[in-house]
Amino acid sequence: MKLKKFVAGLAFAAGTSVISSAVLAAETIKVGVLHSLSGTMAISETTLKDTVLMMVDEQNRKGGLLGKKLEAVVVDPASDWPLFAEKARELLTKDKVDVIFGCWTSVSRKSVLPVIEELNGLMFYPVQYEGEESSKNVFYTGASPNQQAIPAVDYLMSDLEVERWVLAGTDYVYPRTTNKILEAYLESKGVAKEDILVNYTPFGHSDWQSIVSDIKKFGSAGKKTAVVSTINGDANVPFYKELANQGVSSEDIPVVAFSVGEEELSGIDTGPLVGHLAAWNYFQGIDSEANEYFVQQWKKFIGDEKRVTNDPMEATYIGFNMWAKAVEKAGTTNVDAVEQAMIGIEFPNLTGGVAKMNKNHHLSKPVFIGEIQDNGQFEVVWATDDVVAGDAWSDFLPGSKDLIADWTAPIKCGNYNTESKACSGQAK
Amino acid sequence: MKFLLHSLWLVAALLLPAGSPLAQTPPTAPAVGELLQQIPNASLKKTGELVQQLEQAGGAEMRPLFEAMLAGELYAVKESDKLVAVTKDRAGRLVGREIFNDRKLAAFASRDLKKIRVNNRLRSQLRDAIARIDLLHGSEEQQHAAVLSILDDLSSQNMRLLRSAETAGASAQVQEVIALADAMVQLRDSRVLEERLAAIEIMSGRLEAPVRNQLQRLLNDDGEQEVAVKAAAQKALDKIAGRVEFYGQMEQLFFGLSLGSVLLLAAIGLAITFGVMGVINMAHGEMIMLGAYTTYVIQQLMPGAIEYSLLLAVPAAFLVSGGVGVLIERGVIRHLQGRPLETLLATFGLSLILQQAVRSIFSPLNMQVVTPGWMSGSLVINPVFSLTYNRLYILLFALAVFAALVAILKKSSLGLNVRAVSQNRDMAKAMGVRTELVDAMTFGLGSGIAGVAGVALSQLTNVGPNLGQSYIIDSFMVVVFGGVGNLLGTLVGGFSLGVANKFLEPATGAVLANIIVLVCLILFIQKRPKGLFPQRGRAAE
Repeated sequence: MKLKKFVAGLAFAAGTSVISSAVLAAETIKVGVLHSLSGTMAISETTLKDTVLMMVDEQNRKGGLLGKKLEAVVVDPASDWPLFAEKARELLTKDKVDVIFGCWTSVSRKSVLPVIEELNGLMFYPVQYEGEESSKNVFYTGASPNQQAIPAVDYLMSDLEVERWVLAGTDYVYPRTTNKILEAYLESKGVAKEDILVNYTPFGHSDWQSIVSDIKKFGSAGKKTAVVSTINGDANVPFYKELANQGVSSEDIPVVAFSVGEEELSGIDTGPLVGHLAAWNYFQGIDSEANEYFVQQWKKFIGDEKRVTNDPMEATYIGFNMWAKAVEKAGTTNVDAVEQAMIGIEFPNLTGGVAKMNKNHHLSKPVFIGEIQDNGQFEVVWATDDVVAGDAWSDFLPGSKDLIADWTAPIKCGNYNTESKACSGQAK
Repeated sequence: MKFLLHSLWLVAALLLPAGSPLAQTPPTAPAVGELLQQIPNASLKKTGELVQQLEQAGGAEMRPLFEAMLAGELYAVKESDKLVAVTKDRAGRLVGREIFNDRKLAAFASRDLKKIRVNNRLRSQLRDAIARIDLLHGSEEQQHAAVLSILDDLSSQNMRLLRSAETAGASAQVQEVIALADAMVQLRDSRVLEERLAAIEIMSGRLEAPVRNQLQRLLNDDGEQEVAVKAAAQKALDKIAGRVEFYGQMEQLFFGLSLGSVLLLAAIGLAITFGVMGVINMAHGEMIMLGAYTTYVIQQLMPGAIEYSLLLAVPAAFLVSGGVGVLIERGVIRHLQGRPLETLLATFGLSLILQQAVRSIFSPLNMQVVTPGWMSGSLVINPVFSLTYNRLYILLFALAVFAALVAILKKSSLGLNVRAVSQNRDMAKAMGVRTELVDAMTFGLGSGIAGVAGVALSQLTNVGPNLGQSYIIDSFMVVVFGGVGNLLGTLVGGFSLGVANKFLEPATGAVLANIIVLVCLILFIQKRPKGLFPQRGRAAE
């Protein structure tokens, strides 16, 4: 008797929970968060997870979207590239999320791409990357090379009169592609081959003695030399330390980095780095009302006065707000409708000006060059006059200079060849 | 405000040494005061112009201002626009001082101060200005550095400066560089063959980069008609190239030894636990990591004495990692004796637990370990060869740790017991050696040494949860290569792998160098499975 009652109760409980979750599912819009919370990339990606949670919080306080509350679904792909694809599938099929904010490294994005395209999901990718890609299902809110690398090189060339170039990077797809683009760009500007030194190092490289010594020798040939660094993550600290120890100062050989931001600097003694440069679309130190509000909101949300903001966070912020605007414009969270609504959406940058989502799923954003200060912040020394439109396919690579991406009718293609007037075979 | 500035200037002027040009010519004083007054509200470009005018108006007295500016210590008090030099003291307070007389001011709140912005262009301008001042007024060392920096830019204006420095009485060392500068100008400007050849004679064999560049330019210059000059320049350049080549090899050797010392430090603890005890300890890297975090904690505990923090961190790290090592041995490894596969898996699990524990306690972000002043910079031997202090100290430290460990194993009773147990456990037991205690102590010793390695590595690389992982493979590599159970093998193995790696790197790049070394190692192990120095005798079986 007792047992029967118990079983009945259990069945009832199970039934209600199914119903309640079904009701809940109908009432909320689900936002998937696909950022590593453990493993080597956790150091960078955890911040972005928190940023999305903060944005969801804020949106809910404003009353949600389309009269529904937002619900964040957080998964941990653990810095494991194949796991990114599995987790993306899980988010789309099991949790049935309406949008995903996620990925940091290019290899993780490449791993997720087929899944997102197969299941027709929607993803916002917030990190600067090497370009050469445009998918119907992905919006790229980080910088493409022409929004970061090329302006940085222009700055060095015109303002600092640099004539010799060291392209130093970590050995993976982003630095290799970026350096290929830069090499082609420099050569198009008349820089001789012997004035370019390209160097790759493994992930987490810590013994920089020989490389810094080579850079020093390369830079002692009487011409102004600069290092363009696509060195990733952890390896930067020993690199800058070695530069300082071997007496290479930022006035002699400045290093302009594409992967060093406020977050990366917060863990280290910035003394030896002062004066070196970084190129981004956002710096925490830029004075604007919106930025100040964002920085304060972030510190409050995370409960730590010392936490800093950085460029991928702004990219997440812009991506999230654009998505919210697009959903409201489309009146639904249906992927195809939102995708079309996204194009042309504008949202104010934290640094002033307005970011616009272009037909190729990339943003128009301003570009800034900052010098590292001893408090771990950046002092802006140069900025583009206007916003720069993100280029999906580089104009400086032989294979891609004829390609464009245009997701509006009638082209609707991520790699449309303007010469042959054909879409080079991407699905849909 | 004006009053304040004037009084500041008055104080500065009064304290200037009598006979300085400034004190003699008061009319320039107001100009300097006015210029100073403009600095707080100037744009970066304007600041550059102001610096130039200040140098002209104020001369050598401006050095402290330029120095403070260069170091990023120059602030303006918001209320009065008065310029002060501000540094952080040990407790992190902002302490101000008068720029021109070093007099201490009260502590400032950061909101009352405005930083004077400096960028790279301004920094190099300041550096040049300081060099010009030093040339005439600096110490011998400063003069020497100043002359060397002028070699880059031998304009007639700079040459006049050199002349006046020479007549003001420069040391022999400085005279020599001035003579070199003269020779370079001679070669550039003179049309007399003998003079130019004599100039090349002086330049021959000098390692300064501007000398090399000038000779190279001369050789590439098609307008240069004198065959004799070209031949002499070629000869001089060859001589220089020979010396540069020699020092390049020396440098590479040093880099190799330095990499070797890091490998040795990382591997030496493992040489005890794996080599002597035969335990495959996958958590070895995490013992190194614990040592590095201990350094971090020590520095947090004694922010006022960063210079000495490392000395204290060494024993502390030994105790922390050693303690954890003893716990691991007592808690896990003891129960898995003679089952290498289980030991491997268990210690691998432990390594993950330790990593996650550190992530939870300290956060997944890297921690900031400060490098003390005495470990920064480098020992400059000549313009193309210098040894960085941190690497040099770590090389010496690694050798000292090695010597200490050998002494413990060879001379102490613990060492005797360790050797006895590792050679024949049952016999040692029969002789009354408490083998369990010896096991725990040995493992603790190995782990403690790994902790000490962590202190050294905290100066070279990032202190984060993944620190250990990057060294575990290298450590096993060194121990296996050197010969399991042989400390001398670890020493030789570490250094030879380091040197091989560094000599390969320029030719192949860092990625390929690693791969080549690994492939060679595998081939070597195929040929000699027991490593460089195999253990002989029955104990080896």
